[in-house]
Amino acid sequence: MEFSRYSSPHLPTANHLSTMMRDVMLALIPGIVAMFWYFGWGVIINLLLTCSTALLAEAAILMLRKRAVVSTLYDGTALITGLLLGLALPVMAPWWIPVIGTLFAIVVAKQLYGGLGYNPFNPAMVGFVVLIISFPLQMTQWTAPRGVGIELLSLSESLGIIFANVLPAGHTIDSITMATPLDNVKTRFGVFDTWSEITAGSLFGSLAGKGWEMINVCYLFGGIWLLYRKVIRWQIPVAMLGALFIMSNPFFAADSDSFASPIFHLFSGATMLGAFFIATDPVSACTTKKGQLYFGAGIGILIYIIRTWGGYPDGVAFAVLLMNMAAPTIDYYTQPRVFGHARADNDEEEPSE
Amino acid sequence: MITLLDNPIPIPGGLKLNANKQQSLRSPIKKARIPELLTVPLSQHIGNPAEVVVKVGEQVGKGQIIAEASGFISASVHAPTSGTVTAIDNFFVPHPSGLKNRCIQIKPDGEDRWYERHELANPFILDPYDIRQRVLDAGIVGMGGAGFPVASKCSAGLANTVELVLLNAAECEPFISCDEALMKERPEEVIEGLRVMRHALQAKQSVIGIEDNMPEAAECLQNYLDSIDETDIQIIKVPSLYPEGGEKQLIYSLTGLEIPNTELPIDHGIICHNVGTSAAVYRAAKFNEALISRIITITGAGITEPQNLDVLIGTPVADLVEQCGGYSDKIDRLLMGGPMMGFTLQTDALPVIKTTNCILATSQQETPQPEPATACIRCGKCAEVCPAGLLPQQLYWHAHARDFEKTEAFNLFDCIECGCCAYVCPSHIPLVQYYRFAKAEIREARDVKQRADIARERHEARDARLVREKQELAERRAKHKKAAATRKDGSDPKKDAIKAAVERAKARKSALKPNPESNREPSSESSPNSGNQV
Repeated sequence: MEFSRYSSPHLPTANHLSTMMRDVMLALIPGIVAMFWYFGWGVIINLLLTCSTALLAEAAILMLRKRAVVSTLYDGTALITGLLLGLALPVMAPWWIPVIGTLFAIVVAKQLYGGLGYNPFNPAMVGFVVLIISFPLQMTQWTAPRGVGIELLSLSESLGIIFANVLPAGHTIDSITMATPLDNVKTRFGVFDTWSEITAGSLFGSLAGKGWEMINVCYLFGGIWLLYRKVIRWQIPVAMLGALFIMSNPFFAADSDSFASPIFHLFSGATMLGAFFIATDPVSACTTKKGQLYFGAGIGILIYIIRTWGGYPDGVAFAVLLMNMAAPTIDYYTQPRVFGHARADNDEEEPSE
Repeated sequence: MITLLDNPIPIPGGLKLNANKQQSLRSPIKKARIPELLTVPLSQHIGNPAEVVVKVGEQVGKGQIIAEASGFISASVHAPTSGTVTAIDNFFVPHPSGLKNRCIQIKPDGEDRWYERHELANPFILDPYDIRQRVLDAGIVGMGGAGFPVASKCSAGLANTVELVLLNAAECEPFISCDEALMKERPEEVIEGLRVMRHALQAKQSVIGIEDNMPEAAECLQNYLDSIDETDIQIIKVPSLYPEGGEKQLIYSLTGLEIPNTELPIDHGIICHNVGTSAAVYRAAKFNEALISRIITITGAGITEPQNLDVLIGTPVADLVEQCGGYSDKIDRLLMGGPMMGFTLQTDALPVIKTTNCILATSQQETPQPEPATACIRCGKCAEVCPAGLLPQQLYWHAHARDFEKTEAFNLFDCIECGCCAYVCPSHIPLVQYYRFAKAEIREARDVKQRADIARERHEARDARLVREKQELAERRAKHKKAAATRKDGSDPKKDAIKAAVERAKARKSALKPNPESNREPSSESSPNSGNQV
């Protein structure tokens, strides 16, 4: 009897890329629900725009590159890029903001580098940075979260703002938008308000900004579930959050009037989304365990520096991209010790069989 | 002194896999029948192939040597039963390459008549070198899978101090149960083999390392130890984790010692053997029996009645499958060895060899078609399970780019090809294949370089010799010339004397009879043109 030949190992593989990406999407659901609760329909419209653009752009480029379209889209990575970018954008930004950002993320940052696995930078963050540099006005107009300012806008009002630039009757752009907590803190430190004065404002809850703190808590839960599912490793999020916490502690302890509290940093802006969903993008992050600790810590430190002394209220995107740049070098210098070898050695002498 | 850990530690990395041993352990080991034709390869081991010592048409007895070990690392091959040598030629052999190799075919006569077999009441009276000779004569190779000639290991053991002789009873690869069956049914062979080895190697400690998912087998061994009042052999359970059964992995689990890929266990005073090897050593020492049969697990959903068979080396796989009720309708893939490191057989007409521990006939469900590979996302799951502590994702990256220098820098040759990385890869990349490819390319390049180096050295040596010879010739010539020149300078006293005599005579002549002609003679004689006259 004749048989086909295959190479070992023969057992069915234990993991699947599409399953891992599906888990990431599931883990994002609590955060998405929280975003929707606090910011309304704009969140959903953003996500629909980024996700559909991501899928279409990926399909188009794959066709141009003569690659398998359906099976590649099915891996879910383009969709994740769309989701992450959509969650990072201001909710009432005009429709072309998510579209341009996603196009740049998928076409330039991902596919032009060779597609999945070959992009040195996190595509969603490249898209975000392109937008924040090119369209700073549109990128800083966040609406107020539920319970802080005006009533949330209805679906039709949201559609009107996003697609037709038509504000609801009786509203100006200033009456529907509001500084984010991070923005608020930055501006008020700039005019020498103290931390206690700032946090006494209506924007703030018990951990950080109202709404934002809950959204961050939801991302944290999603992230913990990803750790449990072994989709991500603990090194990057723990190092990143730890570094941000440790970095902010001495400044806050020394001068609690002019520096934001560590807890505020942990539960503000994109901290938790960044720690569990963005910095952990395996393609652009470090791959050695030790390297991931340095990588995560670097992001945490950079976030603090950018938020405290930089020009932008939040620094997750810049911090991630800067550390993406350093990742190959960090990987090179953090190789684990090989079984039977005295120590990790990058310039191994002639190995023998 | 080797210190055993109080509690064996798990190996780095590794996988928890379903053992799948129970299917083949339902019935006791059955003796397989003698097939119509045996095909015995000359190379069933690591090292030089054995050299044929029989002729076509020759009658051979069971256990008679038919091919002799050649060189230090080699193993002899014996007739598995009595019969006639019908062919000595290239036949397909069970090897990952799927190629042909030299084999001896024997047509059994059905009498199963021993060539010579003596029982020794007490093999412990043999001295270590006699035992080694018996092992060498018996053609025993490591039966766990690698097939390293045991006599070579013995020689290394005799040349060094052996602190620990270790029996590898981990049997970590799923589906394979031949070692477990052996330990349960023939504990005496395993233990006595170990005692013989301990005696031969003068080892200070003897240990059997067994995975903790085989408590019954451990109990059978312990019961036998108790029955003979043997207290110096320890049975130690190690955590069940693939690839615990790797020699260096098992040693690490038991002692915490990491043996580098550039060294052997014997460099650290450890000799490690598979339990099947131990039984073969016992039979060689006690009965002078050659390694002509072994226990093989025939299993998988593709087999109707999975079981362990005691099989003559050289029996075709199809014959064994037939004795296990034939293939079931689920049969899809035929493997020799386990599902992690085994290789596929293109046909069941191939014979089994000394290192065949398992014939695994699997269903689509057990071993599905490999899914199409997608890009590596560097998730690092492979690095987490790598027992060698490598970075498979980086090895893949560089092997894929054919940057082989980089793969070596990332310690490619520490890879034991256990397949853990490929098993967990979410992108379904056939990682082990990439590593084999890179290793083969590097070996090939080294080989080419070595040959080029040898050629270059020879060329350079030839050039140097030619220059030297030329120089020597020139020197010799110069010396001769010098000698000749010195002679010409008139330093020759004989010539001088003659010349002087001639001149004196002439002077006398001219003094006696003045002649105008005579003036010309001497002048022409001394003139620089004198050579013209010669």
